[in-house]
Amino acid sequence: MKKLKYALFTGCTAKQSTPEQMMSTMAVAEKLGIELIELTEASCCGASHLQDYDDFLSLVLNARNIAYAEKHGLTMVTICNTCQLNTAMTKHRLDNNAELKAKVNEKLAEIGLEYKGTSKITHFLYAIIDDIGLDKIKEMVVTPLSQFNIAPFYGCHNIRPSELQNESHDKAESPYNPTSLDDLIIACGGQNVDYDEKNKCCGFHAELQAPKTAATLTGNAIAGAMDGNADWMVTPCPLCHLKLDTQTHHASKAIGREVALPVLHMQQMLGLALGCDQNALGMKHHLTKVNFV
Amino acid sequence: MSTNKITTQKVNFKVFRFNADEDYLPYYEDYAMDVTSEEVVLDILNRIKWDHDGSFSYRRSCRHGICGACAIKVNGRSTLACKESMTDMIELWGDEMTIEPLSIKRAVKDMIIDKGDFWEKHDAVKPFVVDEIDETPETENLLSPAEADALDDADLCIQCGACHYACPVVEVNEEFMGPAAFAAAYRFEADVRDGDKSRLIDVNQMGSGVWDCVKCYECAQVCPKEVNPIEKIGKLHNMLFQQGKAESNVATRHAVGFEKSIKKNGVLDEGGLVLYSEMAGIVKHVPVALKMFSKGKITPPWSITKSKNLDEIQKLVKSSTTAKF
Repeated sequence: MKKLKYALFTGCTAKQSTPEQMMSTMAVAEKLGIELIELTEASCCGASHLQDYDDFLSLVLNARNIAYAEKHGLTMVTICNTCQLNTAMTKHRLDNNAELKAKVNEKLAEIGLEYKGTSKITHFLYAIIDDIGLDKIKEMVVTPLSQFNIAPFYGCHNIRPSELQNESHDKAESPYNPTSLDDLIIACGGQNVDYDEKNKCCGFHAELQAPKTAATLTGNAIAGAMDGNADWMVTPCPLCHLKLDTQTHHASKAIGREVALPVLHMQQMLGLALGCDQNALGMKHHLTKVNFV
Repeated sequence: MSTNKITTQKVNFKVFRFNADEDYLPYYEDYAMDVTSEEVVLDILNRIKWDHDGSFSYRRSCRHGICGACAIKVNGRSTLACKESMTDMIELWGDEMTIEPLSIKRAVKDMIIDKGDFWEKHDAVKPFVVDEIDETPETENLLSPAEADALDDADLCIQCGACHYACPVVEVNEEFMGPAAFAAAYRFEADVRDGDKSRLIDVNQMGSGVWDCVKCYECAQVCPKEVNPIEKIGKLHNMLFQQGKAESNVATRHAVGFEKSIKKNGVLDEGGLVLYSEMAGIVKHVPVALKMFSKGKITPPWSITKSKNLDEIQKLVKSSTTAKF
């Protein structure tokens, strides 16, 4: 098989508050024989907040990030759902509006770049499923996670709005009944937990301005997984991870019930199953103790 | 016209039943039915009433996706019953479906809910053009095609409530205005004939306002008319900054803080962003921040790896910014 090679847009969180996500991404990529070219020129995607302030500026900056992936001639892989939303949304809007694309390219010309629309943009979760395949993953598992009930937490921006999902993923999944993360859990040998909150919002994006709302949504999500008898949760999004892992105190207070579960990044779960060195998966960076490794 | 053969499949419906005048608690009734591939969800509601139980209650009127009366939930997903094909539903959910009203806590009788909160919030945004009208105008007051385009798809809303009762913020904070009300606010703010002075400021109030949106995209996903309410919420934010009307609070600083951080580092300074947004309010984040620091989850500003070719980013921020704060 030809070696897989992607342009990696790390986003800001993997480089700062979730270092374990960056570590486990690299460890898993090595195990799977994937080459990742990090886009060190990339700026922040705006996290859908810069978009609230200045929509055009956010389009220009995201187009610049994508242009660097295009220069490599590679698919851009993201490891954060919100990075995925904002880059894929930029691509969607520019590819469907020639006038807007020309306006953005006028700005990019100032720095000698051009957005062409030639690179696909996809989240690492879907890159693995589409390009490696679950059957191959299953074959590669050395430590099946068969003793664990694992609750998938999808994160909004990978599954909604679905028109972006359709553009970035070979087999688009339903935002109402997503299966990719469940399938990956099963491929790793684990038991997937079905619960109502798995495709709901963690509240991250309103944490500062509406802390009670955000904490209630976080609490409901963890409570749903606990009621589903989960041993731990897994998510492809570092922002969901931050909410579910570090905000358990506020979440418990908001819903009037003590809630906490270990929360693993999708890459950490895969790393465990593929037999990566546990130190390379960064479990020591979690606030809610990962008590089973 | 589709030339597909009509097929039939058995589906088990678990249907929410409740009569606020008689029942202490709601209950679910099971109906097993043969469903044909040409039916929509509304046909199922009709058949429950006509073939099984005449007391089964639901709202319906136009049957053409325009009156907005028949929105309900199927397996927890808001849907306009007259537009939703059973073939799609079976493809998505298989042969077990739970039929519920849009909001269980607002149920009055079976599928019928008290939609009072929706209408109150809708009314509160003044969903009409506000202006001093000349009672005897010399000419018609026309919109140019470009001006009409600016209203965008916001004008397509049929007030069915699908997005309002799918919104997780409405669910946990009854004060929150909700996506439909904000889309309506945008519809009239974007209308050049409108002269209202307070609507934009009112909907941007903290607490019940447009800033509490969690950006989950549920509203865009469920809308049967593709109004895309979350996009309109973003546009209401943008208008505030474009018109220089944004007052400094944690929400506006949170948005502006990204530009400041990007200008300085290319990437985000996460700690710096929270400090800039919260100001003195930063105190409440200290306990968690200390724990995060002890686990190596906080990067001090001097250790942040700035984006390569930062000068390009700074040049673009300078040349492409359109907003004011």
